[in-house]
Amino acid sequence: MSLSRTDRQLAALLRVCALLAAAIVLLILGFLLKESWTLLRQVTWTRFFTDASWHPVAGFYLLTPMLSATLYATLGAVLLAAPLGVASALFSQYYAPPLLAAVYRRLIELLAGIPSVVYGFWGLTNLAPLIGRLHPPGVSLLTGILILTLMILPTVALTADAALAAVPVASIRGSAALGLSRWEFISGVALPTARPGLASGILLAAGRAIGETMAVLMVAGNVAGQPHSLFDPVRTLTANIALEMAYATGGHRAALFVSGLVLMGMVLVLVGLAEWFGKERPHV
Amino acid sequence: MKKWGLVAVLILMIGAAVFLLSKPADTKIDKLVLTGSSTIAPLAAEIGKRFESLHGNARVDVQTGGSSRGISDARAGLADIGMASRALKDDEKDLHSFTIALDGISMILNSANPVAALDKQQIIAIYTGKITRWTEVGGNDAPITVVNKAEGRSTLELFLHYFGLKNTDVKPHVIIGDNQQGIKTVAGNPDAIGYVSVGAAEYEASQGAAIKLLPLDGIAASVATVRDRSFPLSRPLNLLTRNEPTGLAKDFIEFATSPQVHDLIEAQYFVPVPH
Amino acid sequence: MSKNTLATGLVCLAAVLVTSVFVWLLTDLVMHGLPRLSGPFFVEASQNAGRSGGIAPIIVSTALILLVAIVTSAPLGLATAVLLSEFTRPGSLFGRLVRRSLDVLAGVPSIVFGLFGNAFFCLYLGLGFSILSGGLTLACMVLPLLIRTAEQGLQAAPNDYRLAAAALGMSRSAALTHLLLPAAMPALVAALLLAIGRAGAETAALVFTSGYVDRMPDSLLDSGRALSVHIYDLSMNVAGGDANASASALVLIGLLLIINTIAMSLAKQWRIVTL
Repeated sequence: MSLSRTDRQLAALLRVCALLAAAIVLLILGFLLKESWTLLRQVTWTRFFTDASWHPVAGFYLLTPMLSATLYATLGAVLLAAPLGVASALFSQYYAPPLLAAVYRRLIELLAGIPSVVYGFWGLTNLAPLIGRLHPPGVSLLTGILILTLMILPTVALTADAALAAVPVASIRGSAALGLSRWEFISGVALPTARPGLASGILLAAGRAIGETMAVLMVAGNVAGQPHSLFDPVRTLTANIALEMAYATGGHRAALFVSGLVLMGMVLVLVGLAEWFGKERPHV
Repeated sequence: MKKWGLVAVLILMIGAAVFLLSKPADTKIDKLVLTGSSTIAPLAAEIGKRFESLHGNARVDVQTGGSSRGISDARAGLADIGMASRALKDDEKDLHSFTIALDGISMILNSANPVAALDKQQIIAIYTGKITRWTEVGGNDAPITVVNKAEGRSTLELFLHYFGLKNTDVKPHVIIGDNQQGIKTVAGNPDAIGYVSVGAAEYEASQGAAIKLLPLDGIAASVATVRDRSFPLSRPLNLLTRNEPTGLAKDFIEFATSPQVHDLIEAQYFVPVPH
Repeated sequence: MSKNTLATGLVCLAAVLVTSVFVWLLTDLVMHGLPRLSGPFFVEASQNAGRSGGIAPIIVSTALILLVAIVTSAPLGLATAVLLSEFTRPGSLFGRLVRRSLDVLAGVPSIVFGLFGNAFFCLYLGLGFSILSGGLTLACMVLPLLIRTAEQGLQAAPNDYRLAAAALGMSRSAALTHLLLPAAMPALVAALLLAIGRAGAETAALVFTSGYVDRMPDSLLDSGRALSVHIYDLSMNVAGGDANASASALVLIGLLLIINTIAMSLAKQWRIVTL
């Protein structure tokens, strides 16, 4: 289909906008590289995975414990938030009467707007003592996972809700006409149709979990050691940057930016995985 | 109809933005920028507000960033005055420092913990992981949760210096960033031990937080003992400048070190220093 | 028990679980913060390091920061979403490149945005600690979220519309304005709301870009403390700030509730009129 002149102008304008949007991430990557360059030049990259510990002032730059912490925390949070979030969306779309659904949806929207600091604060004063009674110290990987789950749940729920709302009415009517039960419709028609939207929502939430800083800082314990159990205190890469950036100079500061690069690396892997899993299916 | 409503809203927003972006050209505003320690920031902001009310066209902008930031910004001229919650090290003596208040550091325990005092050796042993259960110091049969401060904080450096430790010796179970996080962590865990600013701890304890302050070397930890200089572990809160202060910076520093702000200092649970 | 009943049970259980945890959280906030909410709280400036007085300047700063973020990210985001949905072939390299870079952008940690925003907007572009810097940084942050949800919404618009428009000889732009955008409006509004919610909740990025100053801003170039930063300072840095921190959190949540309600009603009206 050939484009009219206004269309071509519009397309050109849109293309510029899209390039601008895409360029931002390159700017950020460039910034991270620039700030970590001094250290990367001096230190072989393997040291970030083989040094004895994380004590940058003394020249030890081991990142592995914090990398593990970030991985475990994100994985745990996504494993909990994905089913809960999708279930929430199913609830408001197909199970709840319209008024209840509207109220529930409003509640979830509300929760998307609670600052990370409030989650962290609440986690520290309410959740951590409870978990501490189970197994000291209370601030731990588990607490971090639970708080992260709470934080990314609205993202999953709201995007899943939007994806499910987009299931064509014809499919709903068709399923009813075929005599499918509600669950058969959901598992056989709605979820598969909405799969790209659901996947993208979960991906977005995972990205959010990887990048969360303040809340994890307050509830996960911040000890830079390899976690051996859910109850061990952990320090994620993000909490590490937040905790030490203000007081770091020279090599220490550059090391923190290197951990920023590692985070970006993780996100790139995540994006690659998502592309592999969530291939879009054409609508019929 | 709807379209015009939207256009109107858009025009309003752009108009507001233009209005806000333009600065009034007639009034001459004298701006002072302070950056540095987040411990001093609330106090500096309050002093700044009172200063502004006395000097009509002065503006005092306080930003945080940490003591090290305060020192480097003062040196680089990025800030007019730097804020640091510790004494200057030898290689920082090129800066001018002015102490506006004192702050003490106290060991805190959960109020449910029966232990009433710990001596220096015991604290060192606890923090280096040689004593791991409260029974060894006369408390309950429970593992000790050691709370330490994050690297680079002046509170940590003071603590390590006083007890003669290196940070690599310390075996913490929890690492915290700011004072309040420390207080809340200890308050939420009956077997925790930590250290925070005396004033903050005293205040929170008086408000019902589940913590208690331990005496250090036999001297009770309170704002009073910091004031009469009997408390052994205290630190100065300093304002720093690159050169001898002049103009607005000089006025501000004189104000901040005068008796006129003693009530503000005490309201933040620090101890004023007579000049 | 049939699969259907099991599914119903699980889904409702999930909803109950989610609701109860959040009610727990909100009740905690309300219990601590509601006593502090009063008329003066909304119109006065803060006093005593935020422990008393009100948060009027902070509300204004927050609103301005959000405004800047939305005004800059919405057009850019919508344009990109339209491009990705309507003007790129499904497998095109350009489309994939843009999408992947946005995915990566979505995963950048908030603290890195803060550092980047500080280096780029505050220092490199010379905006300093300002509402503008904070708003622009937040715009970068919410862009991927906006684009993704908006694109979903546009994709969901029935293909029949596009085919019918082509059959009628309408240009793509006309099809967009009259058919597709209105059809996608609820999703676009949802995208905007998600973005505002995410932006309003952001703390780390704003500490380094819009700063700490809690004075009523005169222009977008002034430093202004956002509600989330204020909540952080009161709960983590200032002794005795908890009550006002909870109250401020309630105000932030209430603000977002209002924005949500207005946007929802707008979306409903638009949809009814044009379809």
